[in-house]
Amino acid sequence: MSQQVPILQVKGLIKKYGDKAVLNGVDLQVEKGKVIAILGPSGCGKSTFLRCLNGLEEVQGGDILLDNQSLINKSTNWRTVRQRIGMVFQSYDLFPNLTVMENILLSPLKVQKRSREEVEKQAKELLERVGLADRANDYPRQLSGGQKQRIAIVRALCINPEIMLFDEVTASLDPEMVREVLDVIAQLAEQGMTMLIVTHEMNFARLVADEVIFMDKGKIHEQAVAEEFFSNPQTDRAKQFLNILQF
Amino acid sequence: MLNSGISVLFEGINLQRLLIGLLATLRVALISVLISIILGIIIGIIRTSKNKLIQIPFRIYLELFRIIPILVWLFVIYYVIPANFDINLSSEVVALIVFSLWGTAEMSDIVRGAIISLPKHQMESSKALGLSPVQMYRFVLIPQAAKRSIPPMINLITRMIKTTALLTMIGVIEVIKVGQQIIEVNNLQYPTASFWIYGIIFFMYFCICFPLSRFSRKLEQKWAA
Repeated sequence: MSQQVPILQVKGLIKKYGDKAVLNGVDLQVEKGKVIAILGPSGCGKSTFLRCLNGLEEVQGGDILLDNQSLINKSTNWRTVRQRIGMVFQSYDLFPNLTVMENILLSPLKVQKRSREEVEKQAKELLERVGLADRANDYPRQLSGGQKQRIAIVRALCINPEIMLFDEVTASLDPEMVREVLDVIAQLAEQGMTMLIVTHEMNFARLVADEVIFMDKGKIHEQAVAEEFFSNPQTDRAKQFLNILQF
Repeated sequence: MLNSGISVLFEGINLQRLLIGLLATLRVALISVLISIILGIIIGIIRTSKNKLIQIPFRIYLELFRIIPILVWLFVIYYVIPANFDINLSSEVVALIVFSLWGTAEMSDIVRGAIISLPKHQMESSKALGLSPVQMYRFVLIPQAAKRSIPPMINLITRMIKTTALLTMIGVIEVIKVGQQIIEVNNLQYPTASFWIYGIIFFMYFCICFPLSRFSRKLEQKWAA
């Protein structure tokens, strides 16, 4: 069997704000269909890392390769890359001036110039899947936080990305709404979506992720199969981190 | 007697003249408001740029109109420019220039403020969805900013209408100037003329500005909900 080329490769990624290095040489290989959970204390650079992957942050060194193509050069068209790497944020980022359906259709129609009929069909299927088919004509203000996040996920999925980035999508939700959002992500994992998930939900990471990377101070300290990481962390820093969370 | 003075309004074409004066007031106000809205939106969007070379000149422009009284601006353009540059401008044109410059400066600040007060993640999620900057402004930022700007914009429009009262100082024949002329002519015959003339001018300004201010408050209440 031939070795599959990882869909995403990160090599020695460096991100600085002024003199302060937020990412200090991050290396990572992501194979197609893999789910990677990124854990670490706040301020360790995990959100910044995700934001670098779709060009929301400029990087000062290293390389990012998508399908073996380097993204770190002047000719990179990030708008095209972003259609291949979808992202959902912590804040409810739906556009309040548009209905749920309009939110979902905006990018497929205006950026990708697909036919309305086709996209609407896909949007309805996706809404059905996250249990919000009846909310298509509502405005975001009429939805709960959990519903908004599920719509935000649908909106990102509707541009048919190959990789999805989740940046603490449940961090600002009421506890009873966390589950409904995590269920959607777990569903995606089953369907073989390649995902990088920054999260504080340890049980979720353990169940859904194939691999866990533990970051601290801008570096990956430990990378392991999920079950391994939680049952037998190798580094002291990771042990400490897990201990704090195990209340 | 006060009640005999009211007939000054109906002497000859006095009322008609006042209405023509009011028309001049509204002409200057409406044209300059229109110019201000269009240029204000454009400059407001440009001013959201983080580039200092773009920010600073516009900032100076805005502050010049905030710090220096409009009356001074009117005098400067009306008296100084023709005297030194051999250009002859009618008082109404000068009024339009000053009011449009002032209105544009203030409008641009309203628009800029509305855009930069939008949560940062609105911009980031637009980018993450692959929208171009133009698409981001058109479909996401401007519709939201418009909602935030309309109440302060209406406020500014009322202020501009009221400030046209200054135009009498550079000789625009607007409603107050006409009123003064009528009073001067009729003062001997009707000692209470000024009461009635200024009274009706008061009423005219009220009829124009009150609905605007009510409308703006209604919108604010509606959108606050």
